[in-house]
Amino acid sequence: MAIQLKLNGENRSVEADPGTPLLWVLRDELQLTGTKFGCGVASCGACTVHMDGVPVRSCQTYLEDVGTAEITTIEAISEDRIGAALQQAWVELDVVQCGYCQSGQIMSAVGLLADNPKPSAQDIDDYMAGNACRCATYQRIRAGIQRAAEILEA
Amino acid sequence: MTLDTTRRGFLKGAAAGAAVLLVGTGPKGAVAAGHSASTNLNPFVKISSDGTVTAIVKHFEKGQGPATGLTTLIAEELGLRMDQVTYAFAPSNPELYSNLFFGGFQGTGGSTAMANSFMQYRTAGAAAREMLLQAAAQAWGVDASALTLEEGVIKGAGQSAPLGDFVAAAAQLTAPEAPRLKDPSEFRLIGNPDVRRLDSAIKGNGEAKFAIDVFLPDQMIAMIARPEQRGALATAFDDAEAKSVKGYIRAAIMPNKAGVVVYAENTWAAMQARDLLDVTWDVSAAETRSSDQIEAEIRAALDAEPVYNVNKTDMAATKGAIEAAAQVVEETFYFPLLAHAPMEPLNCTIEQTAEGKIILHDGAQMPTGPHMAFAQIFQLPMEMIEIRTMLAGGSFGRRATPTADYQVEAALAFVMTDRSRPVKLVWSREDDLRSGYYRPAFGHKVRVGLDAEGQIVGWDHRIAGQSIMKGTPFEPMVVRDGIDHSSVEGAADTPYAIPAASFGLTDTAKATETLWWRAVGHTHTAYVMEVMMDMAAKAAGRDPMAFRMDYLSDGTADQQRLAQVLKLATEKAGWGNAPEGRAQGLAVHKSFGSFVAEVVEISGTPETGVRIEKVTCAVDCGIAVNPDIVKAQMEGGIGYGIGHVMRDQITLTDGAVDQYNFPDYEPLRIGDIGQIDVHVVASAEAPTGAGEPGTPPAAPALANAIAASTTGLRVSAMPMELNGVSFA
Ligand code: FES
Ligand code: FES
Repeated sequence: MAIQLKLNGENRSVEADPGTPLLWVLRDELQLTGTKFGCGVASCGACTVHMDGVPVRSCQTYLEDVGTAEITTIEAISEDRIGAALQQAWVELDVVQCGYCQSGQIMSAVGLLADNPKPSAQDIDDYMAGNACRCATYQRIRAGIQRAAEILEA
Repeated sequence: MTLDTTRRGFLKGAAAGAAVLLVGTGPKGAVAAGHSASTNLNPFVKISSDGTVTAIVKHFEKGQGPATGLTTLIAEELGLRMDQVTYAFAPSNPELYSNLFFGGFQGTGGSTAMANSFMQYRTAGAAAREMLLQAAAQAWGVDASALTLEEGVIKGAGQSAPLGDFVAAAAQLTAPEAPRLKDPSEFRLIGNPDVRRLDSAIKGNGEAKFAIDVFLPDQMIAMIARPEQRGALATAFDDAEAKSVKGYIRAAIMPNKAGVVVYAENTWAAMQARDLLDVTWDVSAAETRSSDQIEAEIRAALDAEPVYNVNKTDMAATKGAIEAAAQVVEETFYFPLLAHAPMEPLNCTIEQTAEGKIILHDGAQMPTGPHMAFAQIFQLPMEMIEIRTMLAGGSFGRRATPTADYQVEAALAFVMTDRSRPVKLVWSREDDLRSGYYRPAFGHKVRVGLDAEGQIVGWDHRIAGQSIMKGTPFEPMVVRDGIDHSSVEGAADTPYAIPAASFGLTDTAKATETLWWRAVGHTHTAYVMEVMMDMAAKAAGRDPMAFRMDYLSDGTADQQRLAQVLKLATEKAGWGNAPEGRAQGLAVHKSFGSFVAEVVEISGTPETGVRIEKVTCAVDCGIAVNPDIVKAQMEGGIGYGIGHVMRDQITLTDGAVDQYNFPDYEPLRIGDIGQIDVHVVASAEAPTGAGEPGTPPAAPALANAIAASTTGLRVSAMPMELNGVSFA
């Protein structure tokens, strides 16, 4: 059945079962492939998107739960000033390795900086604990978030 | 950036009628050049008359940086800025792009990408430069020595023109046999810490395309229902319930009965239908053992006489020396099975073209494997199979199996259709952890004799575990006199000058499929060597760093380079001056031609909770083409090594894997390591590996730090969390 979604500032209609995880609607139906599948059980964070500005795991967010909430994915996060600052910091510091987890890292980090514009290393470790990076780029993720905080302050 | 990875695609000119200069090596390995796809050469660089310069990257990119690194080599020799070059991945063609270290296999592994390509790519860039200058010299009627090529512009003799103007003429010239390479003192990009990765932006904005992001028109998703008990065979299935899933198409038992393929319109439908499929399994020939039995077999092998005397040393003399020693330090170690768990679950997509050609879209680490397997499965000549290399979301060795396991699964799934629709095979994380290939379990038993002065007088070292290489196409290259070098590397070939050292090896029976896992044998040998050195130092009442130096002082190049990184890491870490409440441990190890020392500093104790505050690393990998990528590889390698020994293992109960998903195979998390400082040694030696060498010293340095904390606990079985250590 057709379901209406508010996605990246547009209204989209998707043909999918209400019980479908948002992750698979984004990837398979809408081909927004920046949002990644890593575990399917909310333990890696690769699938992180925003629902009304709050990071959620799209593998455990079902279409029927989205309702009229605004969904934002990595493809549109550069329009957010925090998202843009993080992307700039990520490039400056070459945070990525394989890159597969990084959409999720940035989406979570936007949530962190929105709540806490000057996070300490400990704040970052606490907030980002659910975003796994098998390449272990953590040190640079931490530095990247702090660099973005600096960019935003400037 | 568009990455057109087809051979025809990247060899054709930028626009119709545009000229193109290709430079690479010919069939005999000599420098060769040409101007069209019909030329028999493997181009490493393609230059179009519009001035576009493309590096053709023959190693796959899983984050370790070859796309940036190999492109840098081309840019360096051509005198270009990094923003004046682009790159494309080479197509699968083992005749043209084989890894010099893999005997006819094109692939990436063993940290060889840079070692294998450093001279090849530089030579291609330098030859292209000379040919362009020669063409310009002819056009302007001057001597080539009067001309320079900088930032894409040829200048001299009062003239100036962009390099693209001379591409057509240069393509008609014969390639110079021995082009002049830059002297290292002239390098502007190689070794420059400010050269950035070429793929950072696309990996931070969702644009990067991994294999799992391939969506071909009308494609089906395939997932495989697999047995709980390893090796069970599917005999029948009932899909009555699966049929209720919208998007479910059908299911079919695989020709080898290893599982049942579920076809669906999308991934979610495939997952749901697979869950609802009721499969009947024949378990008569399935695995029944549990990991306890595998461990018991390994421990028994360590207690018996070893089958192989690795270095053909006098084992009786070693024993005698230890028996006569003033004191003996001994320990037995056990390392469990480990999964690779790359972040992107395994997947690939197969399509058939109207001409009957098969195209595989894959984050292929060793494309020759699936290429040859597909030739057999599809009964097609190699040139009718094309492999498009996509970005890979990590690998750690998992995307290169000698059997091309997941690509063959996809091919079998495709063969069971009418081939009108592309098939994308997707693994879930459960498939990855449960049906995968593992780092084999290994055991070591070591006895070290010390004399009254605390000097080592004998080292008796036995290793037991399942061979990785036996029975694979790599056996002839790696196995000598029955000894799989990958079982003993890092121990039997230790650069330490240890008197009366003997190494014994016993292969144990096949327990699971096994596979190289980031740093292969070094993942366990480095741990044992470096923990034993620490125990021996302690028994001798010596500082662990000074004690090691005694065995690195014969003046061999390896010893000097190990001593150098050990000095650098300990100096930078403030060795011996840990703040109150902290403990330090160190390890130093050579692997893949590189030398790495690491110092781990912890707070807390195994009872109250250990926290890894800081890791200081010094690395000598020869010329670091991109020092920042080398640093990143050390940071990642350290995390990979530490994360697994902290808490991960794969276990079996009655032949079934016990772990399902990340909650039971918990990845390293951001809070697990406080800080990592990496120091890269300036070197003029040829580049060696960076992808793996950071991993081996990390775990033993952590173990040695734990032993140096107030409790003195020696962890000799992994994972640490199940062997007496809690982490804060
Ligand atoms: S895929 Fe959603 S948290 Fe891992
Ligand atoms: S960059 Fe590879 S998983 Fe994070």
